[in-house]
Amino acid sequence: MTVSIVRFGGSNCDRDAKRALEHLGIDAEIVWHEDGLPADTEGIVLPGGFSYGDYLRAGAMAARSPIMESVREAASEGVPVLGVCNGAQIGCESGLTDGAFTTNESARFQCEHVYLRVERADTPWTAAYEEGDVIEIPIAHGEGRYEIPDDRLAKLEDDDRVLFRYCDENGETNPAANPNGSKNAVAGVLGDRDTVAVMMPHPERATLPDIGPTDGRGVLRAFE
Amino acid sequence: MTAYTATVTVRLKHGVLDPEAETTKQALERLGFDLEDLRSADRFEIDLEADSADAARERADEMAERLLANPTIHDYDVEVDER
Repeated sequence: MTVSIVRFGGSNCDRDAKRALEHLGIDAEIVWHEDGLPADTEGIVLPGGFSYGDYLRAGAMAARSPIMESVREAASEGVPVLGVCNGAQIGCESGLTDGAFTTNESARFQCEHVYLRVERADTPWTAAYEEGDVIEIPIAHGEGRYEIPDDRLAKLEDDDRVLFRYCDENGETNPAANPNGSKNAVAGVLGDRDTVAVMMPHPERATLPDIGPTDGRGVLRAFE
Repeated sequence: MTAYTATVTVRLKHGVLDPEAETTKQALERLGFDLEDLRSADRFEIDLEADSADAARERADEMAERLLANPTIHDYDVEVDER
C-alpha cells in the first residue's frame, strides 16, 4: 500500500509519520497539498502540526483547501484515512468525523505521555489490540479538548464511533486521567466508515523503538 | 450596489467551556476587579458591496456558516451597516 501523507504549510509531523510507516515496512510519501493526491494513493495520513498557523481555529483553513475534497472522496470510497493531532482537527473541521477539537481545559499546550483505552478492536486501526487494552501514546497539543453537543455525543456512542478514550494505567476513565477535558474522555473517533479515524495522540511518535514505547504501531498497521 | 460592512460575531455556544475566558477573568480578578463572569467572542468586520442589506446579510451569513464559525461549538450573529 502507498500511503500519501498530506503536507500543508505548517505541518510538522509529516516526516515522523513517513519514518514510522517505513519502519513498519509500509510505503509512504509526503504529498504537498497543492499537488493533489497521487493516483496510486491507497491510504491517507493527515499529519500533525500547525497548518496555516492555526489561524481562525486549528485545522479550519486546511479543512477547506482543495485537496480535502479529494480526501473526502477517497474516504467515501473506502480508502483508509487517519488524522493525527492537527490532522484530527482538520478531519473534524472538514466533516470527515463528527465533533470538534478546541482549547484544552488547562488553556495550555500539553506535551506528555497518556494512556488510552481501546474502545473497539474490530477496526483496521485497532486490530492489533484487544478491546479494553490500555496503550501509552504521547500527546502534544493546545487544542485537543473534544467537544460535541450532548445529543450528537450520545449518537456517536450509540453507533460505537468512539475509538479511544483517555484513561489511567488501569484503564479507568477519570478527570485526572483526561489531559485536556475532552467530553467523556474521547481521544479518537471514527468517521461514517471504520476506515476513517482521527485521534489527538500521536501513534507515529510511539512506533520507533529508540524513542520510547511502541504502542502506537498497531494504529499504523491499518495501512499494511 | 451599495457599500456595506457586515459584522459577524462568533461566540462559543452556551455551556461550552472557554478556558481562555476563564483565565482572563482570573487575571482581571487578580488585578482587583470585581466581576461575575466573562465571555470572549471573535468579531469579523467584512466590507462588501451588495444590492441590498438583506443580500449583504445573506452573503455574510454564508461566510459564517462555511468558515468563520464552527457550528459544532459556535453561535454567531450578523449585523449589516451601510458604509
